[in-house]
Amino acid sequence: MMHGFDFAVASTVDDAVDRAAGGAAVLAGGTTLVDLMKLDVLTPGQVVDINALPLRGITAGRDGLRIGALERMSDVAAHPGVASGYPVIARALTQSASPQIRNMASIGGNLLQRTRCGYFRDVHTPCNRREPGTGCPAQDGENRGHAVLGTSASCVATHPSDLAVALVALDASVRLHGRTGDRLVRLADFYRLPGDTPQLETQLQQGELVTEVVVPALDFATRSTYVKVRDRSSYEFALASAAVALDIRVRRIRDARVAVGGVGTVPWRLPAVEAALRGRPLVPEVFQAAARSAADGARPLAHNGFKVTLVQRTIVRALTEVAR
Amino acid sequence: MTLSRRDLFEGAAAVSAAAALTGPLAIPTPAGAAPPAPSATELDLALTVNGQARTLSVDARVTLLDALRERLGLTGTKKGCDRGQCGACTVHVEGRRVLSCLTLAASVAGKQVTTVEGLARGDALHPVQQAFIDCDGFQCGSCTSGQLMSAVAVLREGHAGSDAEIREWMSGNLCRCGAYPHIVDAVRQARDGGAVA
Repeated sequence: MMHGFDFAVASTVDDAVDRAAGGAAVLAGGTTLVDLMKLDVLTPGQVVDINALPLRGITAGRDGLRIGALERMSDVAAHPGVASGYPVIARALTQSASPQIRNMASIGGNLLQRTRCGYFRDVHTPCNRREPGTGCPAQDGENRGHAVLGTSASCVATHPSDLAVALVALDASVRLHGRTGDRLVRLADFYRLPGDTPQLETQLQQGELVTEVVVPALDFATRSTYVKVRDRSSYEFALASAAVALDIRVRRIRDARVAVGGVGTVPWRLPAVEAALRGRPLVPEVFQAAARSAADGARPLAHNGFKVTLVQRTIVRALTEVAR
Repeated sequence: MTLSRRDLFEGAAAVSAAAALTGPLAIPTPAGAAPPAPSATELDLALTVNGQARTLSVDARVTLLDALRERLGLTGTKKGCDRGQCGACTVHVEGRRVLSCLTLAASVAGKQVTTVEGLARGDALHPVQQAFIDCDGFQCGSCTSGQLMSAVAVLREGHAGSDAEIREWMSGNLCRCGAYPHIVDAVRQARDGGAVA
């Protein structure tokens, strides 16, 4: 049984912000919060249900895409403007979780979901992310699913969101609302590397809500995809994934976006791979050469060394699909 | 008087619980684990379950799954993993399939909930239920009510175009007996019979 908590339904955004500032956990779809409360990983004294707030709406137009934070994963994936203008987002979403969870989980909650690291989820084991200073058993323990990029001696947990990988590739931002107003933060800056403080996962301050996702216009996002490699063909987190978009003019690559998931402690954009594609002919040899730098700086652990090769092949497969 | 399987189980559980309470030892608690403090909020909820208006007074911690099973006596919805990983607890809220184990009862106040008990019309099974029987789409039955609720949703969503599509959109419901091929047969049969309710 979960620890006890006070439950309130927020009637306004400011009400929700006040309650969050006072330490309340924010409930949207509940697929992370209720799960982690059952595991005693999260033990908030107050929970504030924000589902009645007007943080909805999906608009896709000439100036880009805006998604209200309370929109559900399934609705975003099925939105015609998303499916046609930003297939990488639609595909990242439909390959996430299960249909039931996608009907529940909000976009804001998806971006704030916590790692699936088994040590983080098990309160009977140490974990620097959950209890700073207790240690990281994953370094020498079960680490097949863990990260090879962006790791530290404190934490090697993989960031689990597929959507975040697609959004980082598209240079998206999140709008944060707090008592002093709004601020827009690039998603690539929003996530913090674990370093010595893995408990600080994002730039979100206590008392701030994610209210909206903003994706800048990108013509060639129509030519994008998300490839996810996992232990079973559905309903599983990524071992490696790639979000790619290509701007192709007369069999040459004019511009490219590449980000990868399943391998990093945060969603991992790959500017070096993008640079190695830009201006080059649209041929498999270019894809392979560009992908070679994908795992530069990787620090493989005992069980996840395969990800160094796998992530390169995943990128090549995604590029090949988009080039068709 | 006829006794159901459930009456027998509940009777047996009551007897063994009474025996434990009269024994010389207190019920053990895990070392160091104080029982969690109750929530300050006891919530009064009104919701509609299978078309009937229901009211409940629940602790904020109670999930929709536990409210259905323990408070409303609707035990058709099953508790599998209780962690959002198996799909056995699938119900429809406002016509959409969701996991009742990860849904706080408090968060469905005022909403329409449909459980497996709400599929049949009297003694007439829902076509998806009939298809599961016709196709032998289950063995032990633990996952079946969740499979049925997902199958009904898959048809309604229009995600049953091919066997591959059925498998993908039924993937949130695990079956440890491995009845998957027959479950796909059942969804296909229901689709071809026009079962979109």
